[in-house]
Amino acid sequence: MSLSRGELPRWVDYGLIPLLNLAAAFLVAGLVVIAVGENPLEAVELMLFGAFGYGEGVGFTLYYATNFIFTGLAVAVAFHAGLFNIGGEGQAYVAGLGVIIVCLALDQFMPWYITAPLALIAGCAVGGLWAFVPGYLQATRGSHIVITTIMFNFIAAALMTYMLVNVFRQPGAMAPESRTLEEGGRIPRLDWLFDWFGANLGGAQLNISFFLALIMSFLVWVLIWRTRLGYRLRTLGQNPTAAVYAGMRPPRLIMIAMALSGALAGMMAINEIMGVHGRLILEFAGGAGFVGIAVALMGRAHPIGIVLAALLFGALYQGGAELAFSMPSITRDMIIAIQGLVILFAGALEGLFRPAIVAFFNAQYDRRRAREAAQASSAPAGE
Amino acid sequence: MGTFESFILLLDSTVRLSMPLLFAALAGLYSERSGVFDIGLEGKMLAAAFAAAAIGALAGNVWLGLLAGIAVSVGLALVHGFACITARGNQIVSGVAINFLAAGLTALIGHAYFSQGGRTPRLENEARFLPIEWPGAEQLADVPFLGPIYEELISGHNLLVYLGFVMVAVTWFVIFRTRFGLRLRAVGENPAAVDTAGISVTLMRYQAVIICGVLCGLAGAYLSTAQSASFVPNMSAGKGFIALAALIFAKWKPVPVLYACLLFGFLDALGIRLQGYEFPGIGEVPVQLIQALPYILTVVLLAGFIGKAEPPKAGGVPYVKER
Repeated sequence: MSLSRGELPRWVDYGLIPLLNLAAAFLVAGLVVIAVGENPLEAVELMLFGAFGYGEGVGFTLYYATNFIFTGLAVAVAFHAGLFNIGGEGQAYVAGLGVIIVCLALDQFMPWYITAPLALIAGCAVGGLWAFVPGYLQATRGSHIVITTIMFNFIAAALMTYMLVNVFRQPGAMAPESRTLEEGGRIPRLDWLFDWFGANLGGAQLNISFFLALIMSFLVWVLIWRTRLGYRLRTLGQNPTAAVYAGMRPPRLIMIAMALSGALAGMMAINEIMGVHGRLILEFAGGAGFVGIAVALMGRAHPIGIVLAALLFGALYQGGAELAFSMPSITRDMIIAIQGLVILFAGALEGLFRPAIVAFFNAQYDRRRAREAAQASSAPAGE
Repeated sequence: MGTFESFILLLDSTVRLSMPLLFAALAGLYSERSGVFDIGLEGKMLAAAFAAAAIGALAGNVWLGLLAGIAVSVGLALVHGFACITARGNQIVSGVAINFLAAGLTALIGHAYFSQGGRTPRLENEARFLPIEWPGAEQLADVPFLGPIYEELISGHNLLVYLGFVMVAVTWFVIFRTRFGLRLRAVGENPAAVDTAGISVTLMRYQAVIICGVLCGLAGAYLSTAQSASFVPNMSAGKGFIALAALIFAKWKPVPVLYACLLFGFLDALGIRLQGYEFPGIGEVPVQLIQALPYILTVVLLAGFIGKAEPPKAGGVPYVKER
């Protein structure tokens, strides 16, 4: 191996360390399960079966994962540009406005394959705008992006409540939700995909936006690692001074990165509105924007990692629902706690195991060097 | 009821609603002045609210409840401190983690132990902070103008409310008039200089984080044992973030923090009062607009349109002694 001292092989950096962090998070989660008086191994078994054991479970897992891929990619794109976008939740939520307006206008006249692309564009535009404004404020006025995106989450919540109660609510209806969409405003479910495998999707809400999520993962990979814009964003993220020195314009890049990030987050509105609920409802983002933070951190801001992490969180959400059903003293709040633990160990404490591992590899390295030196010094004597 | 009386009542609920914001914002002030950003105020507050209500309900004692709240909050603050100061992790990420951890664990443990959907049992009076009647409040109530002010506004709050106001003065004194405060501010602006002077940056920051935990504990205990009589899942409902907004709005200074919290508390009280109220000529003001106003104001402030909010320079950056 041609690694120098203090360097770690890639499989350690991208495989072993994330797995160790994850293991630590789940170990603590297991202790929590013990603390509430249940058997953690049994809980894992229930969750795994709930998430992967039968067609409907897999369908739900993938449906949740769809949202998390979008929001995870959103966090990752901003992350590569050195920006922390905590506002994915709000961006996805207001993107619902763009989606529902297009759907309400077209669903009675157009087939879904006309409505969906237009709704996607509208959703991305609104979501992107909701992230662009904090980006603009950071780029030109120096306001801290973390704080502004947090504030924008709350402003989004207030705005959406207002819109739902005062604009979209049906006359005479109590529930603050829009009209239910006709066929032209619904995207197809993936029953046929499950039929291929002889499984049954059942009531799971998996729809074609899952493929959109996979396509977006690929496109984000292309963007970040195969285009000039991606190169600029990464340069800005790793060394803003170097970016300026190389003639790049950070303010512009910040705004672009944030708009892209918001647009990606906004795509989950397609899944929720056109795929699942068929109407705009309160709080449809349901915390997926925040899960995106955990997903991006765990996936190390790489699309492959993000898809895997999104699957893990999808399984946690679906398996957690089953778990709450079977174990009376565990509720779905367990998932929120696990999410917190994953963010803590894979994010804030990601360096926790690194010194020990580096020390181990350094010791290996020194021993090899010593052996080589010994061989080198004994070799001439043998000749 | 006359306009004056209802205005006094509005101010009265302003005071009640600003208190959790005030404790949490002061908590954030210590932490952020030392260079440790804390978006986990919300989580610490929530965890403290749960611990205070749970222990309060089990022990039937308000002080044990308060102590438990503070202990849990300090525990989370130390997790944040360990991640940010010792492990040199990302402070924002750690704060996010703490918020999730608190939201999940409180509801989960609450459900497992009390089986009331995450709520804690209703607290008896001895496990709560009750309003304190000031001497003569009832007799003076009929005195015009000053009577209602004394009876509603000054008298009749619980102990924590008065403590909150005292804490503003104490914080001002500590931050601007003591050696500890000077060092605290210095460590948030230029930790290397503090280090050169032979003062431990790590120790200073841990102290700040612990104080932050104590104050968040008070904020949480206020929510569950003073403002209401039990813990309800997610009862902090974004107050930690409004406190953060207030802290920024006040430019990280103790006395302006009081004003900012009172302002945001007033908006909250006004929003509740104006629900469904028709203004002559304007019509109904959307409650959501009033609810969003603290956040909008903070964004406008951050954008530099009302003065300039300059955070402590070393905030968010872990200190590395040697490279």
